[in-house]
Amino acid sequence: MSQTNARTPAPHPHQPSTQGVTLSVNGQEHSLTLDPRVTLLDTLREHLHLTGTKKGCDHGQCGACTVLVDGTRVLSCLTLAVMHDGQEVTTVEGLGTPDALHPLQDAFIRHDGYQCGYCTPGQLCSSVGTLDEIARGVPSHVTDDLDDVSFSAEELRERLSGNICRCAAYPNIIAAVSEVHAAQNGAATQEAAQ
Amino acid sequence: MRAFTYERATTPEAAAGATLAEGAKFIAGGTNLLDLMKLDIERPSHLVDISRLDLKGITETEDGGLRVGALVTNTDLASDPRVKAGYGVLSRAIVAGASGQIRNKATTGGNLLQRARCSYFYDTNLPCNKREPGSGCAALTGLSRPLAVIGTSDACIAQHPSDMAVAMRVLDARVNTLQADGTERALALDDFYRLPGDTPHLETTLEAGELITGVTLPAPVGGTHVYRKVRDRASYAFALVSVAAIVNGRESRFAFGGVAPRPWRVEEAETAGAAAGPDARARAVINAAFADARPTEQNAFKVPLLRRTLTAVLEQASGEEK
Repeated sequence: MSQTNARTPAPHPHQPSTQGVTLSVNGQEHSLTLDPRVTLLDTLREHLHLTGTKKGCDHGQCGACTVLVDGTRVLSCLTLAVMHDGQEVTTVEGLGTPDALHPLQDAFIRHDGYQCGYCTPGQLCSSVGTLDEIARGVPSHVTDDLDDVSFSAEELRERLSGNICRCAAYPNIIAAVSEVHAAQNGAATQEAAQ
Repeated sequence: MRAFTYERATTPEAAAGATLAEGAKFIAGGTNLLDLMKLDIERPSHLVDISRLDLKGITETEDGGLRVGALVTNTDLASDPRVKAGYGVLSRAIVAGASGQIRNKATTGGNLLQRARCSYFYDTNLPCNKREPGSGCAALTGLSRPLAVIGTSDACIAQHPSDMAVAMRVLDARVNTLQADGTERALALDDFYRLPGDTPHLETTLEAGELITGVTLPAPVGGTHVYRKVRDRASYAFALVSVAAIVNGRESRFAFGGVAPRPWRVEEAETAGAAAGPDARARAVINAAFADARPTEQNAFKVPLLRRTLTAVLEQASGEEK
């Protein structure tokens, strides 16, 4: 095949275009037709009216828009909705309900892991992802031994450093997530013993 | 963000062909490109989504190395047991960069192609030869504290922001590509990255339509692997200076980040002062590798900071070797 590097205009560069996308959000399937410019964050808030996920900086610097995609924490402001066709998205609304809180939501309340609360949905989703990453052996910048990834407050502080809270509720957030990790770990140890 | 058309590529060959068109760009993790599109710095008219291509695997090569697919995420690369065991400097460098959320999306190929973080590149009200060729460089007489001290030109003093690439450089990694005509290439990082000269907008030697398909790491190199990064806050910040090192006596290798338009390594400098203690050896290596440095008044601190950082790396390595 011979092709030159001569550049021809891209197809329809200035024509409006839309793209079909199906997202499973908090277990519910949504088929949408979107301008490809729409980020996952704006899709959640403006099209699906799931306003739990917050728009902070909109440039990947604050973590307020953190959601889980196929179980992994990502920044919904730095990804296009059309790129996630067929994938599972979990937002803060999908973690728990007012009547059946996720353990992290319960712990954040009891430890007062928020003040204004704007950063809280992102902190919660990021904490869910963080605990999973530690369990999977994903190292961090403060991990001493790459082959022995374990939980500690120092690990949490490093791993949650992409989630900025201007009220500085950090100590209470660390306390809340640490408690949930201990409870999960205790449960896992009990299961293993049985 | 300006309007663009979107397509999802189904094969690497189709992806390469699709970006021959003017204004077309690849998108994979998107963590840098979308930020730049929102700021009107990148203005693609057509996006070719390569995120579903089958380039997500890490496989062993015949000579005992690893072939890392271009779409392996930073998290998956840093977590791979073979990378942790044989290429610790790479795991360490990756987790020193960005945040967990970004590392979960950012890809190996995209990380190599991330663009400068110079504040004048980001400010569309001010001249920048990298953003608008020929417009001038506001950084030369502006706030240059974070910027490069070597390999620069009168047109651009931006530093390369990647941590991962600095480790790739010390590991002698090669970038595997596929051109639109089907030709495959394997480029050493020094042949992959251009120095700015008078064309700082041209950052790599990739041709139109050329797709990064992966990175090949040679067989593991013995020695103590260290990545040490110095920055203005403890986490989630770019390097002021960084050192990627594989310390193994006279065979030691050192690459430096945060100081040049590409990962900076001078092989001839690596044996300087090899018989000396950490402090004298670091001084000899830095003097040799940075003899041509042309820092600004504001970033002249980077050369002595790098020397002290290398001293700390050598002390850490000798401690671990005991």
